[in-house]
Amino acid sequence: MDTANAEAIRKTVRVYITVFVALLGLTIITVTISTFHLETPVAITVALLIAAVKGSLVAAYFMHLISEKKLIYAALGLTAVFFLALMFLPVSHYADRGL
Amino acid sequence: MEIPYTVDPRPDTGVYNAKLGVWLFLASEVMLFGALFSSYVLLRVGAVSWPHGYEHLNIPLATVNTVVLITSSVTMVMAWASLAMGSLKRFRIFMGSTVALALVFLVIKGFEYAAKFEHGLYPSGSTFMAIYFTLTGLHALHIVGGIIVNSYLLGPGSRMWRTQPARFTNRVEVAGLYWHFVDLVWIFLFPVLYLL
Repeated sequence: MDTANAEAIRKTVRVYITVFVALLGLTIITVTISTFHLETPVAITVALLIAAVKGSLVAAYFMHLISEKKLIYAALGLTAVFFLALMFLPVSHYADRGL
Repeated sequence: MEIPYTVDPRPDTGVYNAKLGVWLFLASEVMLFGALFSSYVLLRVGAVSWPHGYEHLNIPLATVNTVVLITSSVTMVMAWASLAMGSLKRFRIFMGSTVALALVFLVIKGFEYAAKFEHGLYPSGSTFMAIYFTLTGLHALHIVGGIIVNSYLLGPGSRMWRTQPARFTNRVEVAGLYWHFVDLVWIFLFPVLYLL
Protein backbone atom coordinates (compact mmCIF):
# COMPACT_ATOMS: atom_id res chain seq x y z
CA MET A 1 0.00 0.00 0.00
CA ASP A 2 1.60 3.28 -1.05
CA THR A 3 1.41 6.31 1.23
CA ALA A 4 -0.79 8.41 -1.09
CA ASN A 5 -3.39 5.64 -1.39
CA ALA A 6 -3.38 5.00 2.36
CA GLU A 7 -3.91 8.74 2.95
CA ALA A 8 -6.82 8.74 0.46
CA ILE A 9 -8.46 5.86 2.34
CA ARG A 10 -7.96 7.66 5.67
CA LYS A 11 -9.92 10.59 4.21
CA THR A 12 -12.62 8.17 3.02
CA VAL A 13 -12.87 6.78 6.55
CA ARG A 14 -13.79 10.26 7.81
CA VAL A 15 -16.56 10.33 5.17
CA TYR A 16 -17.83 6.94 6.42
CA ILE A 17 -18.09 8.29 9.96
CA THR A 18 -19.98 11.39 8.72
CA VAL A 19 -22.41 9.20 6.75
CA PHE A 20 -22.88 6.99 9.83
CA VAL A 21 -23.85 10.01 11.95
CA ALA A 22 -26.21 11.25 9.18
CA LEU A 23 -27.89 7.82 9.00
CA LEU A 24 -28.40 7.75 12.78
CA GLY A 25 -29.81 11.29 12.68
CA LEU A 26 -32.23 10.44 9.86
CA THR A 27 -33.37 7.31 11.74
CA ILE A 28 -34.21 9.44 14.79
CA ILE A 29 -36.04 11.97 12.57
CA THR A 30 -38.13 9.32 10.80
CA VAL A 31 -39.14 7.66 14.11
CA THR A 32 -39.95 11.05 15.69
CA ILE A 33 -42.11 12.10 12.72
CA SER A 34 -44.01 8.79 12.89
CA THR A 35 -45.14 9.65 16.44
CA PHE A 36 -47.10 12.63 15.02
CA HIS A 37 -49.41 10.14 13.23
CA LEU A 38 -49.74 12.31 10.12
CA GLU A 39 -52.35 11.65 7.41
CA THR A 40 -51.38 8.40 5.63
CA PRO A 41 -50.42 9.94 2.22
CA VAL A 42 -48.23 12.57 3.94
CA ALA A 43 -46.71 10.00 6.30
CA ILE A 44 -45.89 7.65 3.40
CA THR A 45 -44.30 10.47 1.36
CA VAL A 46 -42.16 11.72 4.26
CA ALA A 47 -41.10 8.23 5.39
CA LEU A 48 -40.16 7.12 1.87
CA LEU A 49 -38.31 10.38 1.17
CA ILE A 50 -36.17 9.95 4.30
CA ALA A 51 -35.63 6.25 3.47
CA ALA A 52 -34.58 7.24 -0.06
CA VAL A 53 -32.02 9.72 1.30
CA LYS A 54 -30.67 7.09 3.73
CA GLY A 55 -30.55 4.46 0.98
CA SER A 56 -28.75 6.87 -1.36
CA LEU A 57 -26.12 7.59 1.31
CA VAL A 58 -25.49 3.87 1.83
CA ALA A 59 -25.32 3.18 -1.92
CA ALA A 60 -23.19 6.22 -2.75
CA TYR A 61 -20.59 5.97 0.02
CA PHE A 62 -20.59 2.48 1.58
CA MET A 63 -21.14 0.75 -1.78
CA HIS A 64 -18.83 3.25 -3.53
CA LEU A 65 -21.41 4.06 -6.21
CA ILE A 66 -20.35 7.70 -6.12
CA SER A 67 -17.26 6.73 -8.14
CA GLU A 68 -18.05 3.52 -10.01
CA LYS A 69 -17.52 2.36 -13.58
CA LYS A 70 -20.04 3.05 -16.38
CA LEU A 71 -20.99 -0.61 -16.81
CA ILE A 72 -22.16 -0.84 -13.18
CA TYR A 73 -24.25 2.34 -13.63
CA ALA A 74 -25.73 0.88 -16.84
CA ALA A 75 -26.67 -2.40 -15.11
CA LEU A 76 -28.23 -0.53 -12.20
CA GLY A 77 -30.05 1.87 -14.53
CA LEU A 78 -31.68 -1.09 -16.24
CA THR A 79 -32.55 -2.56 -12.83
CA ALA A 80 -34.14 0.76 -11.81
CA VAL A 81 -36.36 0.72 -14.92
CA PHE A 82 -37.65 -2.78 -14.15
CA PHE A 83 -38.02 -1.96 -10.45
CA LEU A 84 -40.16 1.09 -11.29
CA ALA A 85 -42.24 -1.05 -13.66
CA LEU A 86 -42.85 -3.45 -10.77
CA MET A 87 -43.90 -0.61 -8.48
CA PHE A 88 -46.38 0.69 -11.06
CA LEU A 89 -47.96 -2.72 -11.68
CA PRO A 90 -50.52 -2.17 -8.88
CA VAL A 91 -51.49 1.17 -10.50
CA SER A 92 -52.07 -0.50 -13.85
CA HIS A 93 -54.26 -3.05 -12.07
CA TYR A 94 -56.60 -0.28 -10.96
CA ALA A 95 -56.46 1.50 -14.32
CA ASP A 96 -57.50 -1.80 -15.92
CA ARG A 97 -60.51 -2.03 -13.63
CA GLY A 98 -61.48 1.55 -14.51
CA LEU A 99 -61.27 2.70 -10.87
CA MET B 1 -6.48 -23.08 -13.73
CA GLU B 2 -6.18 -19.51 -12.58
CA ILE B 3 -9.39 -17.47 -12.30
CA PRO B 4 -8.96 -14.35 -14.44
CA TYR B 5 -9.40 -10.74 -13.27
CA THR B 6 -9.69 -11.36 -9.54
CA VAL B 7 -7.52 -8.31 -8.83
CA ASP B 8 -6.99 -6.26 -11.97
CA PRO B 9 -9.97 -4.75 -13.77
CA ARG B 10 -11.05 -6.52 -16.93
CA PRO B 11 -10.26 -4.12 -19.81
CA ASP B 12 -13.73 -4.21 -21.41
CA THR B 13 -15.79 -3.88 -18.21
CA GLY B 14 -13.42 -1.70 -16.20
CA VAL B 15 -13.99 -3.71 -13.00
CA TYR B 16 -12.70 -7.00 -11.59
CA ASN B 17 -15.01 -9.92 -12.36
CA ALA B 18 -16.30 -10.53 -8.83
CA LYS B 19 -17.52 -6.95 -8.53
CA LEU B 20 -19.57 -7.14 -11.74
CA GLY B 21 -20.88 -10.56 -10.70
CA VAL B 22 -22.03 -9.37 -7.29
CA TRP B 23 -23.64 -6.23 -8.74
CA LEU B 24 -25.62 -8.39 -11.20
CA PHE B 25 -26.62 -10.65 -8.31
CA LEU B 26 -27.77 -7.59 -6.36
CA ALA B 27 -29.79 -6.47 -9.41
CA SER B 28 -31.66 -9.80 -9.22
CA GLU B 29 -32.14 -9.23 -5.48
CA VAL B 30 -33.70 -5.83 -6.19
CA MET B 31 -36.26 -7.62 -8.36
CA LEU B 32 -36.91 -10.26 -5.66
CA PHE B 33 -37.61 -7.70 -2.94
CA GLY B 34 -39.23 -5.38 -5.52
CA ALA B 35 -41.81 -8.04 -6.36
CA LEU B 36 -42.68 -8.38 -2.68
CA PHE B 37 -42.84 -4.60 -2.17
CA SER B 38 -45.10 -4.37 -5.22
CA SER B 39 -47.34 -7.10 -3.76
CA TYR B 40 -47.42 -5.16 -0.49
CA VAL B 41 -48.59 -2.01 -2.32
CA LEU B 42 -51.26 -3.94 -4.21
CA LEU B 43 -52.54 -5.67 -1.06
CA ARG B 44 -52.52 -2.46 0.99
CA VAL B 45 -54.24 -0.31 -1.64
CA GLY B 46 -56.81 -3.02 -2.32
CA ALA B 47 -57.62 -3.67 1.35
CA VAL B 48 -60.80 -2.26 2.88
CA SER B 49 -58.82 -1.38 5.99
CA TRP B 50 -55.13 -1.74 6.82
CA PRO B 51 -53.64 -1.68 10.32
CA HIS B 52 -50.94 0.82 11.21
CA GLY B 53 -47.66 -1.00 11.80
CA TYR B 54 -47.17 0.77 15.12
CA GLU B 55 -50.39 -0.77 16.47
CA HIS B 56 -49.06 -4.33 16.15
CA LEU B 57 -45.28 -4.11 15.92
CA ASN B 58 -42.59 -3.14 18.41
CA ILE B 59 -41.08 0.17 17.19
CA PRO B 60 -38.42 0.53 19.93
CA LEU B 61 -37.00 -2.94 19.14
CA ALA B 62 -37.09 -2.27 15.39
CA THR B 63 -35.39 1.12 15.92
CA VAL B 64 -32.61 -0.55 17.91
CA ASN B 65 -32.28 -3.12 15.11
CA THR B 66 -32.04 -0.30 12.55
CA VAL B 67 -29.18 1.26 14.51
CA VAL B 68 -27.54 -2.18 14.89
CA LEU B 69 -27.67 -2.79 11.12
CA ILE B 70 -26.45 0.70 10.19
CA THR B 71 -23.55 0.27 12.64
CA SER B 72 -22.73 -3.12 11.11
CA SER B 73 -22.60 -1.48 7.68
CA VAL B 74 -20.01 0.99 9.00
CA THR B 75 -17.93 -1.77 10.61
CA MET B 76 -18.11 -3.71 7.33
CA VAL B 77 -16.80 -0.83 5.24
CA MET B 78 -14.15 -0.18 7.92
CA ALA B 79 -13.09 -3.84 7.65
CA TRP B 80 -12.46 -3.30 3.93
CA ALA B 81 -10.71 0.03 4.54
CA SER B 82 -8.46 -1.66 7.14
CA LEU B 83 -7.29 -4.19 4.55
CA ALA B 84 -6.83 -1.41 1.98
CA MET B 85 -4.56 0.26 4.55
CA GLY B 86 -2.70 -3.01 5.11
CA SER B 87 -3.93 -3.99 8.58
CA LEU B 88 -5.26 -7.53 9.01
CA LYS B 89 -5.53 -6.97 12.76
CA ARG B 90 -7.93 -4.05 12.40
CA PHE B 91 -9.82 -5.99 9.70
CA ARG B 92 -10.40 -8.80 12.23
CA ILE B 93 -11.75 -6.37 14.82
CA PHE B 94 -14.17 -4.71 12.38
CA MET B 95 -15.28 -7.92 10.64
CA GLY B 96 -15.75 -9.60 14.03
CA SER B 97 -17.92 -6.64 15.07
CA THR B 98 -19.95 -6.93 11.85
CA VAL B 99 -20.70 -10.61 12.49
CA ALA B 100 -21.49 -9.92 16.16
CA LEU B 101 -23.89 -7.08 15.25
CA ALA B 102 -25.58 -9.31 12.67
CA LEU B 103 -26.15 -11.91 15.40
CA VAL B 104 -27.54 -9.21 17.71
CA PHE B 105 -29.98 -8.25 14.92
CA LEU B 106 -31.18 -11.85 14.63
CA VAL B 107 -31.57 -12.25 18.40
CA ILE B 108 -33.69 -9.06 18.59
CA LYS B 109 -35.71 -10.26 15.60
CA GLY B 110 -36.18 -13.58 17.42
CA PHE B 111 -37.58 -11.77 20.47
CA GLU B 112 -39.93 -9.84 18.19
CA TYR B 113 -41.18 -13.00 16.49
CA ALA B 114 -41.57 -14.79 19.85
CA ALA B 115 -43.71 -11.90 21.16
CA LYS B 116 -45.91 -12.07 18.06
CA PHE B 117 -46.42 -15.83 18.46
CA GLU B 118 -47.23 -15.38 22.17
CA HIS B 119 -50.02 -12.99 21.19
CA GLY B 120 -51.31 -15.47 18.61
CA LEU B 121 -50.11 -13.38 15.67
CA TYR B 122 -49.11 -15.75 12.87
CA PRO B 123 -48.66 -15.25 9.09
CA SER B 124 -52.03 -16.93 8.59
CA GLY B 125 -53.77 -14.43 10.90
CA SER B 126 -54.05 -11.46 8.55
CA THR B 127 -52.71 -10.11 5.26
CA PHE B 128 -50.65 -7.58 7.21
CA MET B 129 -48.97 -10.25 9.37
CA ALA B 130 -48.45 -12.45 6.28
CA ILE B 131 -46.55 -9.71 4.44
CA TYR B 132 -44.72 -8.72 7.67
CA PHE B 133 -43.41 -12.25 8.25
CA THR B 134 -42.63 -12.82 4.56
CA LEU B 135 -40.61 -9.63 4.12
CA THR B 136 -38.81 -9.69 7.49
CA GLY B 137 -38.27 -13.46 7.23
CA LEU B 138 -36.70 -13.20 3.79
CA HIS B 139 -34.57 -10.31 5.03
CA ALA B 140 -33.49 -12.35 8.07
CA LEU B 141 -32.45 -15.20 5.75
CA HIS B 142 -30.23 -12.69 3.94
CA ILE B 143 -28.70 -11.73 7.28
CA VAL B 144 -27.94 -15.43 7.91
CA GLY B 145 -26.29 -15.65 4.47
CA GLY B 146 -24.17 -12.59 5.27
CA ILE B 147 -23.11 -14.07 8.61
CA ILE B 148 -21.95 -17.26 6.88
CA VAL B 149 -19.89 -15.43 4.22
CA ASN B 150 -18.46 -12.87 6.64
CA SER B 151 -17.55 -15.57 9.19
CA TYR B 152 -15.70 -17.45 6.46
CA LEU B 153 -13.78 -14.30 5.50
CA LEU B 154 -13.02 -13.65 9.17
CA GLY B 155 -11.85 -17.23 9.78
CA PRO B 156 -10.42 -19.67 7.23
CA GLY B 157 -10.91 -17.32 4.27
CA SER B 158 -8.47 -14.80 5.75
CA ARG B 159 -5.54 -17.14 5.02
CA MET B 160 -5.64 -15.68 1.50
CA TRP B 161 -4.29 -12.40 2.94
CA ARG B 162 -0.83 -14.00 3.35
CA THR B 163 -0.51 -15.02 -0.30
CA GLN B 164 -2.88 -12.75 -2.27
CA PRO B 165 -3.71 -9.65 -0.20
CA ALA B 166 -5.23 -7.64 -3.09
CA ARG B 167 -7.55 -10.51 -4.04
CA PHE B 168 -8.63 -10.96 -0.42
CA THR B 169 -9.31 -7.22 -0.12
CA ASN B 170 -11.54 -7.43 -3.20
CA ARG B 171 -13.40 -10.41 -1.73
CA VAL B 172 -14.14 -8.37 1.37
CA GLU B 173 -15.26 -5.44 -0.79
CA VAL B 174 -17.84 -7.52 -2.69
CA ALA B 175 -19.02 -9.23 0.50
CA GLY B 176 -19.48 -5.66 1.76
CA LEU B 177 -21.59 -4.75 -1.29
CA TYR B 178 -23.95 -7.58 -0.38
CA TRP B 179 -24.00 -6.60 3.30
CA HIS B 180 -24.79 -2.94 2.54
CA PHE B 181 -27.60 -4.09 0.25
CA VAL B 182 -29.10 -6.06 3.16
CA ASP B 183 -28.85 -2.87 5.25
CA LEU B 184 -30.44 -0.87 2.42
CA VAL B 185 -33.43 -3.24 2.23
CA TRP B 186 -33.98 -2.85 5.98
CA ILE B 187 -33.85 0.95 5.63
CA PHE B 188 -37.01 0.66 3.47
CA LEU B 189 -38.64 -2.23 5.38
CA PHE B 190 -38.47 -0.38 8.69
CA PRO B 191 -40.69 2.61 7.81
CA VAL B 192 -42.94 0.68 5.42
CA LEU B 193 -43.85 -2.06 7.91
CA TYR B 194 -43.41 -0.43 11.32
CA LEU B 195 -44.04 3.28 10.97
CA LEU B 196 -46.84 3.62 8.39
